[in-house]
Order: sequence, then C-alpha cells, then structure tokens
Amino acid sequence: MLAFTIRRLLGAIPTLLIIIAIAFFMMRVAPGGPFDGERKLPPEIERNLEQRYHLNDPLPVQFAHYLGDILQGDFGPSFKYKDYSVTELILKGFSVSAVVGGIALVIAMVIGGTLGSIAALKQNTGTDFTVMAVAMTGITVPNFVVAPLAALVLGVFLHWLPVRGWGDFDQAILPIAALALPYIAYIARLTRGSMIEVLRSNFIRTARAKGLPDRVMIVRHAMRAALLPVISYLGPAAAGIITGSVVIEQIFGIPGIGRYFVQGALNRDYTLVMGVVVFYGALIILFNLIVDLLYGLLDPRVRLD
Amino acid sequence: MSKLRTLLTGTMVAASVLASAAAFSAAHAESVLRRGNGDEPATLDPHIAQGIPEFNIQIDLFEGLVAWAADGGTMPGVAESWTISDDGLTYTFKLRHDAKWSNGDPVTAGDFVYSFQRAMDPKTASEYAFILFPIKNAEDVNGGKLPVGDLGVTAPDPYTVVITLGKSTPYFLESLKHSMAFPVHKATVDAYGDQWTRPEHMVSNGPFKLAEWVPQGHVTVVKSNTFHDAADVKLDKVEFLPIPDQNAELSSFRAGELDVTYEVPNNQIGWIRENLKDEFRNGAYLGTYYYAFNVTAAPFKDNLALRKALSYAIDRDVLSEKVIADGSLPAYSWVPPGLKGYEQQTGDWAKETQAQRVEEAKKFFAESGAPKDLSVELLYNTSDNHKKIAIAIAAMWKQVLGISTTLRNEEWKVYLDSRDEKNFQIARAAWIGDYPDPNTFLELYATTGKLNPSGWVNQNYIDLFNKAANTQDLAARAKIMQDAEDVLMADMPMIPVYHYAFKHLVAKNVQGWVNNIMNYHPDRFVTISN
Amino acid sequence: MTQTSSPTRTPADASAVKPRKIQGRSLWQNALRRLMRNKAAVASIGVLLVIVIVCCFGQLLRPYAIDDVAWDAIGAPPDANHWFGSDQNGRDLFVRVLFGGRISLAVGLIATIVSLVIGVLYGATAGFLGGKIDSAMMRFVDILYSLPFMFFVILLMVILGRNILLIFVAIGAVEWLDMARIVRGQTLSIKRREFIEAAHASGVSTWNIIRRHIVPNTLGPVVVYTTLTVPKVILLESFLSFLGLGVQEPMTSWGVLISDGAANMEIAPWMLVWPALFLAVTLFCLNFIGDGIRDALDPKDR
Repeated sequence: MLAFTIRRLLGAIPTLLIIIAIAFFMMRVAPGGPFDGERKLPPEIERNLEQRYHLNDPLPVQFAHYLGDILQGDFGPSFKYKDYSVTELILKGFSVSAVVGGIALVIAMVIGGTLGSIAALKQNTGTDFTVMAVAMTGITVPNFVVAPLAALVLGVFLHWLPVRGWGDFDQAILPIAALALPYIAYIARLTRGSMIEVLRSNFIRTARAKGLPDRVMIVRHAMRAALLPVISYLGPAAAGIITGSVVIEQIFGIPGIGRYFVQGALNRDYTLVMGVVVFYGALIILFNLIVDLLYGLLDPRVRLD
Repeated sequence: MSKLRTLLTGTMVAASVLASAAAFSAAHAESVLRRGNGDEPATLDPHIAQGIPEFNIQIDLFEGLVAWAADGGTMPGVAESWTISDDGLTYTFKLRHDAKWSNGDPVTAGDFVYSFQRAMDPKTASEYAFILFPIKNAEDVNGGKLPVGDLGVTAPDPYTVVITLGKSTPYFLESLKHSMAFPVHKATVDAYGDQWTRPEHMVSNGPFKLAEWVPQGHVTVVKSNTFHDAADVKLDKVEFLPIPDQNAELSSFRAGELDVTYEVPNNQIGWIRENLKDEFRNGAYLGTYYYAFNVTAAPFKDNLALRKALSYAIDRDVLSEKVIADGSLPAYSWVPPGLKGYEQQTGDWAKETQAQRVEEAKKFFAESGAPKDLSVELLYNTSDNHKKIAIAIAAMWKQVLGISTTLRNEEWKVYLDSRDEKNFQIARAAWIGDYPDPNTFLELYATTGKLNPSGWVNQNYIDLFNKAANTQDLAARAKIMQDAEDVLMADMPMIPVYHYAFKHLVAKNVQGWVNNIMNYHPDRFVTISN
Repeated sequence: MTQTSSPTRTPADASAVKPRKIQGRSLWQNALRRLMRNKAAVASIGVLLVIVIVCCFGQLLRPYAIDDVAWDAIGAPPDANHWFGSDQNGRDLFVRVLFGGRISLAVGLIATIVSLVIGVLYGATAGFLGGKIDSAMMRFVDILYSLPFMFFVILLMVILGRNILLIFVAIGAVEWLDMARIVRGQTLSIKRREFIEAAHASGVSTWNIIRRHIVPNTLGPVVVYTTLTVPKVILLESFLSFLGLGVQEPMTSWGVLISDGAANMEIAPWMLVWPALFLAVTLFCLNFIGDGIRDALDPKDR
C-alpha cells in the first residue's frame, strides 16, 4: 500500500504538468484579456500593461517562464486583485473555504449516510418515501434558490440569523447548511441505493438469519459494502465542497476561494485561474488517491496495483 | 472525523466570542458606517485603480490638490487656493501647511511631484493614465518617450505646486479629483513596493486611514487624527463590504446589516418604492446606455435611413417607465442631461409623439431599401437587465418594422472581443462620464483609431471636437461641442436608449449623504444619528 | 441487445449462483414485465408522458407566442389570461414554461444518456483491465476534472460557433466523470469474484466480460446516479446560457427560468414556482422509474 501511494504521488507530477499545460493554452486562446474593458485602452497604456505583466512575449516563452516560476512556488501576482499574489489569495480564501466546506462535508456524510440507511432499511414505506422526497427536493432546488430564500426567511423576516459576513458562529450556520444541503441529498440517495443492494445480498441475509441485530449488522457489514459507490462519488465531491461555492460565498459574503474559480475565469485573471487550477487539480488527485486506498480497506477483494 | 468537527467548531466558537466581544465594545464607543461596495476592490493603489468600488474607498483614504464636496462638487483639498493663468495652461496651487500624512509627516509639494510622476511612469502601468494626458508631456512620459522628470508638474517651494498643461483643458480641475491625481507617500511605496497598500504599511493623507483588508471580506477604514479637518469628521469607522449580488445586498440592508447599498436590484424597484420609500435614493447619473451600430459592415454601413428607422421605432417612454422603471430617463441624445452650461442635442424627433416617430420609422425603413423580412442580430453581455431591455426593443422593432431580431448574449470578455473585432451588427454598450463635462462623452466618438464601438469616423466631428478643445471661452466652447453632438446625432452611428439613474438605499439615520450626478459620496461629511 | 440465455446479472455473492431455468423470455422482456407491476414506476411513466405531451402541445391552448410581450402585464401574477402569470417582460409564463420543458427534457435525456454510456463503459474498462491502463485512464479523468470548464465552453463556442448540439457535447464532456469513477469503483470490487474469474477461465473475451458481467453488476449505483445526473445537467444548462452557449432568448429552459425566478422570488414568486414545480415533478417521476428499473433488472428480487 505504501509503494502504491508513493507510486501514485510520483505519478501526480506528470498529471499536474499536463493539467497546467492544457489549462494555460486553453485560457490564453480564449477571446478576451485581463485588461479589456468598456473603454478601449490607448495603445501606449496597453503596451505598459503588457510589459508589466510580461504578456508581450510569445506564448510558449510565457509558458516556460510560468513553469519556471511555479516550480519555485511563485504563482505570480493576480492580474485582477493587483495588490495580492495568487498564493496569498488562495491561502487566505482556502483557510475559510476549508472550514465551511469541511464542516459541510462532515454534516453531509453523517446526515446523508444516516438518512440513506434508514430509507433503505424501511424500503418502500412512508419513512422511505419521506426521506427520499426531502432528498429529491434538496437535489432539485439549486443553491442559488435555497441560499437567497434562506437569507430572506431566516434573516430578513425572522431575524434569527445574520444574512452575511464571516467571523461569528451564527454567520456560519446559513452558508454551511446551504452548502451541505445538496450533498446530503446526493449522499442519502446513493447510500440508500447501494444499501438496498447490499441488504439483499446473501451474506446479509445469512447474518440476519443468524439473528444478528440490525444495528450491528448494518454497521459491521452492510455499511462497509454500501459505502463503495458513495466513496467513489465523494472523492471529487470533497474536493469540490472544500473549495467552496461561488453562489454561497457571494450571497453570504464568505471570503472563500470558491468565487475565484468563476470570477477568475470571467476576469481573465490568468495567474489566478492557473493558481486555482493547479490547487484544485492537486486536491482532486489527492482525494482520488484516498478513495482508492479506502477501496482496499472497505473491500478486501479490491487489490491495489 | 468527529475530532475534526470538534476542532473546527471550537475554532469558530472561539473566533465568534472574540468577534462579539469586539462588537460589544464597538456598539458603545464608535460611529460605524457599513457600505455595500459592489465588487471586491482590485487594488487600493490610487494610481492603479480604475473602478468605482476602488474609488469609493480612495476618496476616503486620500486627498488630492482639490477635493470632493458632499454634493460631488469641487472644493479645496490639500491646496487651499489656486490660480489659473489667462491662457489656461498654468495652474498654481498653494498648499495648506497643516496637511499631514497618517504617520504625521507633512504633505508637501514634493509629494505631489513624485506622485504625478509615478502615476505617469510607464512602469506603474496605470490603465487610467489618459485622464492626466492634458498635463504637458504626460502622454510622452507615459509612452516611454520622455523621462518622468519632463512631466509638467513642478514644486518651486515646498508648499507650491505648478502644473503646466499641453493645451488648455477647461475641465482640468475635475481631472484632479480622480484618484490618478492623489498623492502617495514615497517612503512607504519605496519601502514596501507592491505591498504598500496593506493595512500594516499604508500611509495616506485623507480623512480616514486603512485599518483592515480581508480580500472578498471587507475593507475597514478608521478616522485619521492627522487629517487637517479631523474635527469635522464624525464617523469613527467605515466598513466597505464587497457584495456583487444585488439581491443579497438588498437582503443585508433589510436585515439591518448595511447602512448604505451600492446599488439596488432593478426588478425590485417597484417593491422598494412601496416599502422602503424613505430609504430609496434615486436620481440622474452621468451615463448613457446605448446600442452601437456596426457602421463598418452591412446592413448598417452607409444606410442612415435604416439606422434611423431602428432608433425611431423604440418607444423609450415605455422602456423607461415600464421595462427599466428605475428612474432612468429616455435618451434622445448622446450627452446626458445635468451638465452645467451645456444643452443636449436631441434633435426634433425628441419632441414628437411616439406615434409620429413610428410613422417616420416606417418611412425611413421603406427608404432604406432593406428587405421587408430583414433580420438583425443584437449582441449584449450576459445580464438580466440587458436581456430584459433587448427583449423589449426586439419586440418593438418587430411590432413597428416587422423585422426579426436574433438575440446573442455573450460573457463579458467574449462580448468585448466581438465588439473590438466588429463582429456584430448591433451591440449594447454604455458610457459613464469620468468628470462632469461633455468632453468625457464626446471624446469616445472622436477617436480616429476606430476605438469607438461603432467604428464611426467623421472628420467634421473630429474637427469640431478639436476646435472645442482649443477654445478658451466657455460659452463658445459649449456651442462648438453642441455642434459636434449634432453631427453625431444626425449620422446616428448609435442609438441612445436611456440616461442612467443612480439607485441606493440609505438608512434613515445616515445624514450628509447627498444625492449627486457623479454618484460619489465622501464619508467625511456623513454622520450617523442613533 | 436482446439475450435469450441466462440472466446477465449475476448475484452479488457468487456462492448463490444456482442453475436457473431458461425461461424463453428475454431478460429485457422480463424486466419490462416486472417494471409494469411496479405501481409507482407505472404512475411515474404516466405522469412523465403527460408532461412531455403538455410541453409539446400545451401552448396550443393559449393564444400567446413565446416572445409576445405585453407592457401592461410586466411581472403580473397568474390570472385567467396568463395562467402561470407573466415574466419581467410581460411574456406569458405558461407558454414559456412549456417551451422551456422541451429544451430541458431533451438536455436532461440526451446529455444524461451520453454521460451514462461514456461513463459506464470507461469506468468498467478501466476497473476491469486494472494496472497501468486503469491508472492512465483514471489520470485522464483527474485531468478533465481539473481543467477550467468555463474556458472549455468558451473555446467550444469560439471554434464551433453557437449551436444547440454543443450543449450536449459540453455537458456530456464533464458529467460522465463521476459516473466513470463510480462504475470503476464497483468494478474493482466485483472483478475478483469467482464468476468473473470463471468466465475468464472459460475463455470469454474481455469485452464480453465487461459487457455481460461487469456492467450489469454495476447497474444499481448506475441507475441511482443517473437519476441524480438529470437535475444536474438541467441546471448546468442555465450556466451555459450565461456563457452564451446554452439556449438563447426568446427560447428558454427550466434552468434559465428557475434562475430568473430566483432573482424575483419575493416580488413574483410564480416565476420561480412554476418551472421549479415542473422540474421537481419530472425528477420525482424519474426517480421512481429509476428505482423501478433497478428492481426490475435485479434477479435476486424475483
């Protein structure tokens, strides 16, 4: 397993390089540049900007420079947020997003897993139907509806919770709940599906026949097998959730990293886009590695090679 | 996992205890204004900034030679008086002796010379450099053709600044209110380079100084006790909150978490007029929303009649009152209303009834030789407002002229690229004035390098524009500029659609927030009553 | 794909494999018969058919076109003329919701099938072949996960022009990734089981093992995840519209209507409620149908 992990981590380097190369050229070929605006800049000003941000070299040369810089850990200054370096923006933002997303992820796994298991055990009963109806609602209603609605009802009408901001405990409740909601729904749905599958399989039938209490049986046997598809889904989903969501952050005023994925691209903030791409790519690779390791732990039949 | 959760929750609880303790003491001691401020500021360096969110913060942090009055007018700043030579080329400013930086250093003429040179230095790469191009040699300095020392700004003594212009510019004092003309503290800039705008480093000379900056979180400025007029600054603290989502901003305001909004969502204006009547601030803003024709290609190239037909067919009253309904005014001219000494050139058609205009539109359309089943394409950048207006105007064209319109929305930067490449037939665009002078509008269509969205080049117009620039007499200058606008409107390379309105919600206990056409609101004049 | 031999689906635990009588009916006929006995699934199919028919023909009931504007009905609530109310341009929402349904149902169906087919085949192949091939295939998935989707969409649009078919390409290109990972995970766990080894030993080709043994055994999670993919692609389409690739005004989709409605939820709730209701009912139906299909295909459940 150690050898496998080391091999995979080494393999991550070429993967990241490919990601960087494709993203870099994709972004630079796309129309529009970081300094385009309603007012077309006079040529001399445009030239000054290109010089300052080294945009006047041929593209391959710029790419070589960029690679050299990031090998030294320098992601450059943001083209849009000019007073900050990309590294600073990502670290500052991620320290917030990781808290919001981490808590939301744990909540989603606990609640989603529980709901899904209950629904599976009570398959085709009223409980099952209710749980799944709630889950489907969570999936159907996107967060750009849930978030403003929650802010309106709980913040504006009832004054129970603050509408926006970051720093106080009560300010974190709405964004975490809104972020967790769709994931709860997904996880519940996936857990229910694979749990039903497992409950029907013979080893569980045998266990039940032997008179093992449901709870023991579920935790000891069913959960493990049922987790496989959930875990497969969770790898990339976890990378997504801890890097935040532009909608949640903008509506609740959370200074996280999620907005940079969308806003960075919209602003053609070349360095920031590359920064978040590399960061996100590394997270994806890491989480998918963890998932693969978990496969081995959950199901001894899975061999890592 | 549960360990992780406990840890995280613990951290948050601790943070919240600290924060609420701070909030508790703040509520008793301080007078705090919380302002919605649109997007996250791109920079706090006045020579690099170019957007309104940045500018809102900078007029609190810095003070130029002349300053913003509460109503957007001009008042003495670091300069307590000034004289302008008869030829309009030499401005001599006498600085006040009690102007200080936030670290206690005196603000001197040398600071201004350094700051203007820095602003024009090509290495600074300022996007708004052109606003100071009237200064002698400024364009050449910025273009790297002359050293910064050749810039026409000098300091004959520590409290006198002399600015020499390349050619007379009647609105020059207004340009000096732009952040490009704000002074920066040389020792700080030299010491910290790109990092000088951080709260722990920044030294500024305005009524407030920078206290905190959390990117995407807030910018907090606190009253500066070294400011010469500190006695009259009533606020202790201003929090600028980046809230790009207007609906979220409205919710924050209604929840009492915001004292002033940056904007209000257009579709909620009816509701706001009913329910937040006393808080709603609405009035004319110096901007024009327009549809540019691409006059470099068919079908609008060399087809004035077709351009006129499309313009006349738009029922601007319906648009302003029912579709946009945010207090904006129907536009029949390029230059918006509200500029002193200037008469907008709307032409006769503005005075007609819409029924008459519809008749004329049909006549023009017949004259234009365009096919009856003409189909045009309308380009706009993605936004609910632009979409709503485009749908309405397309419906009007269909009703009046029977032509069909393909709507094409593009993401902002792609849209700008299409516009630059003249890859469109009709494009939505807007122009907001930098200073209250018609020049800021007329210059767009006077660019020869086809920098205007329409690609319209008219020598007669350019001649008039240049003639106005060289005319000293203000009344005569206004007249020439009006003639220029006449030429523009007669050839109609674009359709003026509406003149903008500003829209804010201002809490009832906020005083000293004065509505004005420039829509800038220095916080040194604002007070909060309890 | 009709098969007359024993069921392709093999029980989760190989020890349970018992000789089964060849029934003379195909697996799919059997499945269909079982599906038809599932009341919730049948009712859902009925409701879904009604929605499809209403979306295709419902606007004939009303005298409005999709782009008819009425200045006096801007943001007007539902009444006898405008059954669902009007939008911010005074356009009839009933007609728009139905037209939007056509796009969203098509996107939901086609994009989901695209992602389903690619994802299942890709995931099963990678998982079954294992080793270096699996590793390379999964690194490719990691790369696609990491690339900035927005630039992909913009480039697609710039290179190929705006075309409604590109919606399916753009969505299909990203949505199969989760599916591939899930199927691969399942495959890893079943490929070591006896019945697969047995098939291997008896000389069944790799492709046939994947097709006849691996894929059917992953159907449970696949069906569940497919029902989750549909709402995702329908909502993703509204983001494509934001970038200019999705449907263009005056045409619309449920995703676009919902995002417009979200901005007006307090002053004109009907703008949100109607498209959301249609979407929700559709998804509930798909959910029940999905469960029904899964049960119908599950041999253990007979």
